[in-house]
Amino acid sequence: MIELQNVSKEFDLRNESAFHALKNVSLSIRKGSIFGIIGRSGAGKSTLVRLINLLEIPTSGTVRVGGVDMTSLSPVELRVARRKIGMIFQGFNLLSSRSVADNVAFPLELEGRGSDEIKGRVSELLELVDLSGKKDEYPAQLSGGQKQRVGIARALAANPDILLCDEATSALDPQTTTEVLALLKEINRKLGLTVVLITHEMSVIKEICEEVVVLDRGEVVESGAVFQVFTRPQSPVTRALVAGVMNQEIPPHFAALDFLQEPEGDCGLLVRVSFLGDTAAEPIISGMVRRFGIDVNILYGAIDHIQGVPFGTLIVELSGNGSRNAALDYLKNLNLGLEVIGYVRRNLESSL
Amino acid sequence: MSAVIWNLLFKSFGETLYMIGLSGLLACLGGIPLGVLLYATVPGGLMPRPWLNRIVGFVVNAARSTPFIILMVALLPFTRFVVGRSIGTTAAIVPLAFAALPFMSRLVESALKEVEPGVIEAAQAMGASPWQIVCKVLFPESVPGLLRGVTLMLVNLVGYSAMAGVVGGGGLGDVAIRFGHQRFRPDVMVVTVVIMIAMVQVIQGTGDALARCVQRRRGLED
Repeated sequence: MIELQNVSKEFDLRNESAFHALKNVSLSIRKGSIFGIIGRSGAGKSTLVRLINLLEIPTSGTVRVGGVDMTSLSPVELRVARRKIGMIFQGFNLLSSRSVADNVAFPLELEGRGSDEIKGRVSELLELVDLSGKKDEYPAQLSGGQKQRVGIARALAANPDILLCDEATSALDPQTTTEVLALLKEINRKLGLTVVLITHEMSVIKEICEEVVVLDRGEVVESGAVFQVFTRPQSPVTRALVAGVMNQEIPPHFAALDFLQEPEGDCGLLVRVSFLGDTAAEPIISGMVRRFGIDVNILYGAIDHIQGVPFGTLIVELSGNGSRNAALDYLKNLNLGLEVIGYVRRNLESSL
Repeated sequence: MSAVIWNLLFKSFGETLYMIGLSGLLACLGGIPLGVLLYATVPGGLMPRPWLNRIVGFVVNAARSTPFIILMVALLPFTRFVVGRSIGTTAAIVPLAFAALPFMSRLVESALKEVEPGVIEAAQAMGASPWQIVCKVLFPESVPGLLRGVTLMLVNLVGYSAMAGVVGGGGLGDVAIRFGHQRFRPDVMVVTVVIMIAMVQVIQGTGDALARCVQRRRGLED
């Protein structure tokens, strides 16, 4: 649906060398998917999303939407193409001079639709975003969540194939964010719309995206299925972003301990086990105890949900006389995420 | 004061209204498009034309920095060409409109600049043409600012119109000079000044009230 190939964008700042907002970005977004682009502020997310509808013109590279090279279009053709790409914004960007209904009607007016047709379509859309009762109010009289729902209705008015969301929930409180995200998900499902979402909040990506691209200083540092990126983050930037929502990192009171690389006297082995989906943790642990005659002490555990799929993390201490190496092999064979943190002295419990 | 003087005041009040009304209208007709041009042609604007913007900006600034009294005299040949004569109330409208027009264009430009760039970006994203953006976004969004601009321009015209006596334009200012000042009639002077103060108050009050009314309707604080 959307194809970016080696896209770069430079901003010509006077008297300074050109500022690279984006460097060689390539990505491909499937039709009907919810695609997330995440990065810290200044990473180039806003520029990237604006390349899709050519609000920003790439310095080099190609932007294809639905097979059409956007940069090759004439101004008039581009306007027509843009009507099939809806966009919502962090600041909502509603027209303060128009009522809710007239805001939603705006893109239809631009297309020159008749007033009866507009009226019907507008009430249909307001129904969809659950704002039928507010049609005669003005944006200034609405809450943030309501404004964004007007924004969504307006973006959908011209039956677009794509919806671009530029930090659409960043100005909203957590409760409203959840509602707006649920609405976006519903629209994606009902209308088969391709949703491209940029955000600096990993929780947003976690909640609704299927695929994600991590952007850092204008470059794609990681990409893939959200599940993959969340459970096995590769780059430091992704790790940092994921840590905020995933309890991925070693809890601080463990991180502060001295880990030994080799066993030394009476010590336990700290291991982090991560498991996906329905793999139950308990039989694994009791299995280890029974088979290998070791003691397993659970030090930390958490279960997260990524799009409804549970993802669990356990930090366990293996000790006792049995074979710890055999136990580790056993875990590896169970296809679990396994990370050996290190050996700690046995007085660990008392120090905690 | 005699009935003759009152009649004179009444007649010149009418002349002042006529001059301000018509020149104000002309200033709006010319100043609004010129203001849009100044707004849209800046680098990074809706239709960037940096050179056109610089040239128009320079002309507007030059016209605004010319003292009105000089503009009036300098425009005499042009006035004669347009109106057919260079003196009289109607003839005074030409320089008045010429003085108010560039001022109005700057007021329009600054009112349009108040429109949130995000709203314009949203319209562009929806496939609006520059012309649609001007008509459907910029003007409606900046109505309160435009009303305040028109108000300011009309108040300025009240002051300018007082100088129209120089080209035989008549009006209250002319009466104030010829009767109040030159014939030593402080009472006439006071009455003309009071009427002009009242006019300014009414214009300003109406403009503010209209702008506030629009703001309230949109649920905005003013």
